[in-house]
Amino acid sequence: MSVVTETATIDMEQPGVPMSRLVRVELRKTYDTLAGRWLLGAIVAITALVMVIFLINADADERLWSNFVGVTATPQGILLPVLGILLVTSEWSQRTGLVTFTLEPRRSRVVVAKVGAALLLGVFAVTVALVVAAIGTVASGGEWDFAWSGIGKFVLLQLISVLQGLAFGLLILNSAAAIVAYFILPTLFNILSSLWTKMSDIQPWVDLGFSSQKLFAQPSMSSDEWWQLLSGFAIWVAAPLAIGVWRLLRAELK
Amino acid sequence: MITVEGLSKSYGGYLAVDDVSFVCRPGAVTGFLGPNGAGKSTTMRIIAGLTPATKGEATVGGQHYRDIPNPATQVGVLLDASAQHAGRTGREVLTLAAMTMGLPTKRVDEMLERVSLSPSEAKRRIRNYSLGMRQRLGIAHALLGDPQILILDEPANGLDPAGIHWMRRLLRDYADRGGTVLLSSHLLHEVEVIADELLVIGQGRIVARGSKAELLAGTGTYVRALEPEQLTKVLDGAGIETTPAHDGGLHTDASAVDVGRAAASAGVVLVELRTADGAGLEDMFLQLTAQTQRDDVALEGASA
Repeated sequence: MSVVTETATIDMEQPGVPMSRLVRVELRKTYDTLAGRWLLGAIVAITALVMVIFLINADADERLWSNFVGVTATPQGILLPVLGILLVTSEWSQRTGLVTFTLEPRRSRVVVAKVGAALLLGVFAVTVALVVAAIGTVASGGEWDFAWSGIGKFVLLQLISVLQGLAFGLLILNSAAAIVAYFILPTLFNILSSLWTKMSDIQPWVDLGFSSQKLFAQPSMSSDEWWQLLSGFAIWVAAPLAIGVWRLLRAELK
Repeated sequence: MITVEGLSKSYGGYLAVDDVSFVCRPGAVTGFLGPNGAGKSTTMRIIAGLTPATKGEATVGGQHYRDIPNPATQVGVLLDASAQHAGRTGREVLTLAAMTMGLPTKRVDEMLERVSLSPSEAKRRIRNYSLGMRQRLGIAHALLGDPQILILDEPANGLDPAGIHWMRRLLRDYADRGGTVLLSSHLLHEVEVIADELLVIGQGRIVARGSKAELLAGTGTYVRALEPEQLTKVLDGAGIETTPAHDGGLHTDASAVDVGRAAASAGVVLVELRTADGAGLEDMFLQLTAQTQRDDVALEGASA
């Protein structure tokens, strides 16, 4: 046995797995199971459904394109985070992490790929909303009040929510617990702020649900409100994501 | 080539893997044998970079698994055949892996055929798979990237006897073409059928190693007398240490000639005297694992 032929069995020069491939794999994982397909289907179907309901109930002068888009915000805001959560937690609940992190042992790259996939799916969901809204506007003879800044903020809002789901998933690593935490915490915050005045003073800075609604403030968002949004993002998205990644890089996978 | 040097892993105060060292060479199937909880899976997870070691090192072809670019194309790993998404089809599991590795999808079909999973079986979801089918899928997954080295944790678990022989042929071919295989099992029979080299682990420590032939040889002498107690006394008197076998006979490290002489000079009637080989590895395995367990009990007793 010579050392040369033994080490020759491992090629350290061959290319690693490119990020584009990892993102494609993560995207595929979101729709290659029945559960995943149902969730994506539900996002599209509910988006269309709320618009039909709006179309039936809205007065003629309310039939603005921006209103059509606006009604999709709530249902998508509920379902997109779930998508983000499941993207991460299924690796633990279904124990596929064992395979995922053996195929790509640089674990942080898998997280980056999941973030990329989550953002792409968020953009996809918003695009569905915009297109269906356009159809609704045209079909109902509504008013076409298209504005790039409004679209940008709408996309930002939904991307924050899908990322927050992903961060919660990575922090909690359990689908049910992460989903419950995601929906309970904002409500808890609201109750606290209404009971405790000190809390209501800092609420704009720590309550992401509150500060992200300011994205649609008229005529525009103040610089303070942007900082509040950033602060909420740091607390509810960046921090759990950072803690989750830090732990993942050290954890034992079983 | 898989090299493990002075590897230890402790969980709190519990040592799951205790100073384990071994080398798996190319061209051979190395069987990693030990009872459940002996530290086999932990050792294999450490080799695959999923579990950090407390002490020591594990390398594959001289490299740490985590440093290898696109590692699955060079090292095939099966750690738990059931660790797959229950809602994915068998084919989809392989497709995801092939995509990650950058392989054409026709490789997926080749591997399905290689492990004898039919197209209709491949379309079923994993939750409807038997353990044997999951193992076949796991083997296909490990072989997908055409690696030089295979690390398989309990791959024969859940396979029927025909399946075990199928795996022997598959791994035999693989090793004959220069591949390195490390596979674990808690069943001696499986390892006896499949492996060339053996590592026996108990309580986190390697308790025996060598080729199958080496481990079978040198198991001493088996002797049975008409009156076993008389024989025990006589051999004891002759300074020959014995351990009772389950059928009333005795095992000893002394040669058959020495045992025969001692018995003849005392006029003990022997009904059987031979080199102990019949029970083979089974006895050795039981003996070794029981021994480590007994040692442990004795230690706990002493410290209490």
